[in-house]
Amino acid sequence: MNSIINYTLYLADNALILGQRNSAWCGHGPVLEQDIAITNISLDLIGQARSLYQYAADMLGNGATEDSLAYLRTEREFKNCLLTEQPNGDWAQTILRQFFFSTYQFYLYQSLLAHADSNLAAIAEKSLKEVRYHLRWSSEWVIRLGDGTEESNRRICKAVDELWCYTGEFFIPAEYETAAGANPAGLKEAFYTKVKEVFTQATLALPENVFMQTGGKNGVHTEHLGFILSELQYMQRSYPGCEW
Amino acid sequence: MNKTTDNNILWSYLEEVYDPEIPVLSIVDMGIVRDIERNGQELTVTITPTYTGCPAMDMIALSIRMELMAKGFTTVIIKNSISPAWTTDWMTEAGREKLKAYGIAPPNPRQQACKDELFAPHEAVQCPHCNSWHTSRISEFGSTACKALYQCIDCKEPFDYFKCH
Repeated sequence: MNSIINYTLYLADNALILGQRNSAWCGHGPVLEQDIAITNISLDLIGQARSLYQYAADMLGNGATEDSLAYLRTEREFKNCLLTEQPNGDWAQTILRQFFFSTYQFYLYQSLLAHADSNLAAIAEKSLKEVRYHLRWSSEWVIRLGDGTEESNRRICKAVDELWCYTGEFFIPAEYETAAGANPAGLKEAFYTKVKEVFTQATLALPENVFMQTGGKNGVHTEHLGFILSELQYMQRSYPGCEW
Repeated sequence: MNKTTDNNILWSYLEEVYDPEIPVLSIVDMGIVRDIERNGQELTVTITPTYTGCPAMDMIALSIRMELMAKGFTTVIIKNSISPAWTTDWMTEAGREKLKAYGIAPPNPRQQACKDELFAPHEAVQCPHCNSWHTSRISEFGSTACKALYQCIDCKEPFDYFKCH
């Protein structure tokens, strides 16, 4: 039971933190249509986080709610992958972060469809429809930037250097993942095949022999998460229980 | 009053509840309502959210409650059911016509669209104003999660397309 709760929180935290990151683009997108796109993706992710937190809160009982889980847990209690908390950087970095995450999430949710926990399977089924859009949109952008101008190529190459080291963590199981019946290592091949396919079209090279950073799944984060939470949780920390 | 009539009346009450973002479309037209169960004066309404993050869902749940309370039901329970996932195929024919009359192109049948292929030719969508098929997609994402933005090349009007899902 505990492992299912932790695993649900892991899924929820990933969606919430990346949703929060993307939402900062609101009003700052390079063109209006893409501003709308990234904020729509943000909304989808926060929606997924809500379904997952609600389910975790039901299992936890004791007055836990989706809000208490999002707003009142500390940095070390958050289980999101390090990738999701990385800064927005420029458009290329945001795009590539989304592409890596959507690729992972696409295969992850596909595998969850067959999970023994029917609530998780239902949330995955629902979310997968949205992730499909995110994956297609971000794949097209990776290709557009990689195979675009000299500047766009330079920027996306820099993003690859910056972010690739956070992708290995997806496939290294945390204890609660294994206990919850998940097999992240089994998603690795599909992930690599998809990334390679898109990178080839984008004229980008897959980095080799990169040391992979880990820790997020077990609450050991990069310095960025604290800053995200201080902003995200500000209202509930300053005015406990405030509603609008 | 027999059970079927009773149930038809309850469904007709829900036809008075509209989507706040698309005020011509009732939640029955949208295909959001799965089931209504009556137990004396207590009603349980089961709904399926369109998109997980759709901010209209909270408003819709509240509107259902208000509508049924106005009809004299004091206890209204709203249940969320997310599996099977909502699809635009559940939208009624009447709903599609209302959307079009309102200026939003109704969703194409699912089997014709929703492809994974990259840079695929955009779905052909009919202009709700002049009925031309000569239209182009401006943005895959639109004013709400459920819509994409198109423009008609013949009459030049931009319009929302309720994308297939």
